[in-house]
Amino acid sequence: MTAAVIARARSFALPLVSVLLGLAAGAVAVLLAGTNPADAYVALFQGSFTNNNAFTETLVATIPYVFLGLSVSVGFRAGLFNIGGAGQLFLGGIFAAFIGYRVTGLPVVLHLPLALLAGMVGGFLWGAIPGLLKARFGAHEVITTIMLNYIAALLTDFLVNRGSMSDPHTASPQTPPMLATARLPIIVPDSRLHLGLLLAILAVPVVWFLLERTTIGFRIRAVGLNAAAARGAGISVGWTMVTVMGISGALAGLAGAVQVLGVSGVLTPSLSSGVAFDAIAVALLGGSNPAGVLPAALLFGALKSGASFMQLQTQVSADLISIVQAAVIVFVAAPLLVRWLFRLRAAPAAPVSITEGGLGQTPPREGVA
Amino acid sequence: MDLTVDWGEVHALLGENGAGKTTLMNVVYGLTRPDAGEVLFDGQPAHVSSPLDAIRLGIGMVHQHFMLIPPLTVAENVVLGHETARTGVMDLQEARREVARLAEAQGLEVDAGARVADLSVGMQQRVEILKALYRGARLLVLDEPTAVLTPPEAERLFEVVRQLTDAGSAVIFITHKLAEVMAVADRITVMRRGQVVATTAPADSSPADLARLMVGRPVLLRVEKGEAHPGDAVLRVDDLVVEDDRHNTAVDHVSLDVRAGEIVGVAGVEGNGQDQLIEAILGLRHPRHGRILLGERDITHLSTRRVLLDGIGHIPADRHSMGVIVDLNVADNLILSDYDRPPYARGLLRQIATVIEHARRVIRAFDIRAESPEQPLSSLSGGNQQKVVVARELDSDPRVLVASQPTRGVDVGSIEFIHRQLISRRDAGMAVLLVSSELDEILSLADRVAVMYRGRVVAVLEGDQIESGRIGLLMAGAA
Repeated sequence: MTAAVIARARSFALPLVSVLLGLAAGAVAVLLAGTNPADAYVALFQGSFTNNNAFTETLVATIPYVFLGLSVSVGFRAGLFNIGGAGQLFLGGIFAAFIGYRVTGLPVVLHLPLALLAGMVGGFLWGAIPGLLKARFGAHEVITTIMLNYIAALLTDFLVNRGSMSDPHTASPQTPPMLATARLPIIVPDSRLHLGLLLAILAVPVVWFLLERTTIGFRIRAVGLNAAAARGAGISVGWTMVTVMGISGALAGLAGAVQVLGVSGVLTPSLSSGVAFDAIAVALLGGSNPAGVLPAALLFGALKSGASFMQLQTQVSADLISIVQAAVIVFVAAPLLVRWLFRLRAAPAAPVSITEGGLGQTPPREGVA
Repeated sequence: MDLTVDWGEVHALLGENGAGKTTLMNVVYGLTRPDAGEVLFDGQPAHVSSPLDAIRLGIGMVHQHFMLIPPLTVAENVVLGHETARTGVMDLQEARREVARLAEAQGLEVDAGARVADLSVGMQQRVEILKALYRGARLLVLDEPTAVLTPPEAERLFEVVRQLTDAGSAVIFITHKLAEVMAVADRITVMRRGQVVATTAPADSSPADLARLMVGRPVLLRVEKGEAHPGDAVLRVDDLVVEDDRHNTAVDHVSLDVRAGEIVGVAGVEGNGQDQLIEAILGLRHPRHGRILLGERDITHLSTRRVLLDGIGHIPADRHSMGVIVDLNVADNLILSDYDRPPYARGLLRQIATVIEHARRVIRAFDIRAESPEQPLSSLSGGNQQKVVVARELDSDPRVLVASQPTRGVDVGSIEFIHRQLISRRDAGMAVLLVSSELDEILSLADRVAVMYRGRVVAVLEGDQIESGRIGLLMAGAA
């Protein structure tokens, strides 16, 4: 019993220490720029948590990180590195927006779920493509998902600028506004915090259950841990790759749908704005574990939403948070360095690193059969 | 622990897998640092902190897996890292002459100009030995050197080892094969669980004594088995042709059948098509020609999943890469191919409680030493991990069991257990196809023996024909 508690505490130690070291690295940068780091971090904290509306804004920023962090984590668990979150998010946004403004006459209980589901379908399809390419031709998912990111971004650009989804009543590149029946309701009055928060919190146990308690999850984990053994046991590695990339894409697509239906109310080419890439860091920090993704997403949401207040208050550039995020990732990805610095004992479950996750792996050649 | 090796002797280091032989030698060769104690070389304390230090001292090591560059010639491989160069240009002629001279002086005949890729495994091993000698090795460590050799090649290796020690060098011969130790060693050190349990000589000892020392209790070196009572053919392989990854013909028109209630052994040096034959049977590799029948059913082009469901069990040769998933727990490993079928899953939902209950039963039935079904498989010893594989495949009671190297890397105690299991399943009517590169294993278990050489079954032996000398010759391609 106590041994299990200690083991669990240890697996938290590394990410926690990494975050502290990341903040320390940021402090050094602030110091070099001639400002008192304490002032900067106090302002950052106020901007993230204590100011008017600061906390709800942090939560608004956290929501897409949760979905996207889960998306990347699911991929990692199968040994796949899905960098295509941005593209899948765009496709989710396109599908959800289409339902959101085009379909009329539905009550909110039908319209909203339909729009969210459409977003997941869009992301699923966009994610399944690189899965299929890998399973069938051995094309590495890192390359194909990056390519598909460009295609999705340009497709969005085209659709909302001149294409069939642009709003004829405005000059700015966007779709017509979502109908009220498709909007995610605001859950805290006078804030932007919407129902997506509950969906995000709900998604965590759902994804955990999928991975740990369903046969699909078992297949995903088996393939991620030892593809050859999975194949020997009769598991189709190819189909598992397609499924897992699809599920990963669906989660990213849901992030896109939630942003369109909950925050912006329209689809614009700025939908992604880098969150999908930050989410890779969220997944790494969360140890590819759904329960770990939640606090990691909150941290990234807080950093993002507090940055502009900090800049206003202390003249420290908002780019500081990029330094902090980058440093955190360096420390998470280099557990040996952290252990050496703090003489930590090896945690029993090492967090999934990028090398384990797929970058360093050669894709097994496997037919979809 | 202490170990002393004298000049001019062949010192065998005998022990089960995990007894610490390789770790000890890695310390000597500078790959691992000792926590305490020291290494003396020629009476002097030696500070060996890298293989470079070891080479400088005159210690050479031939690893189980060769460290050669196949497209380069013998001479190029031997001088690698110690090239003689003139103004930066490598002098290959000189290198070839030098290597040829060394080879002749040591009685290690090998063509210095040949490409390593074109050489047999036995010859490649000679190149490794030459490499060590070229670097001035006087103490040579051979790690499981016969694992990849045919019996005649092993004989020649023993001669080479003798010549080296006659010339004053010392050889440490790491092995777990008792017969070899008796044949080649001057002195024998037996290790068990990281400790030296005895140092003796072949004259003062017997294989049974050594086995007892290795394991710590008396061991049956040969399983007792009764007459086989084979029934109808259950697995039939008909004129099968299979290619390897590089599209070379690996299985060349092989026909073979296995009847219910018999063990058919496939003998052969590794890499003569056995792996591809098994992969084809299991649906892991598509044959180019021929048929595979399970009973009356053609399974040639079925998926692995179908083949397993139809009643073929598989103990893969390489446990870690194919047999188990070490990061999953014991219970999950015991249902690896049944994870999505009742009673282990209902619809998409896994029935974890059932999986664990099943594991408890199997752990008891097969005497797997595990504290809990939920501990990760990686925390089990190699022998117990292999028992998990064997238990999983036998528990589903397949009609045909394809067992490839079922006891590789397993301690003597577990070998005994696994062999008994195979015999008792045979007696219960299971058809067993046993692929092994350990001739002893084939000899003690198989009722019929098919010998594979270069992708062909060169002979199928029965009854009195099953005899080690004959099989050894056939394995080496002497028809």
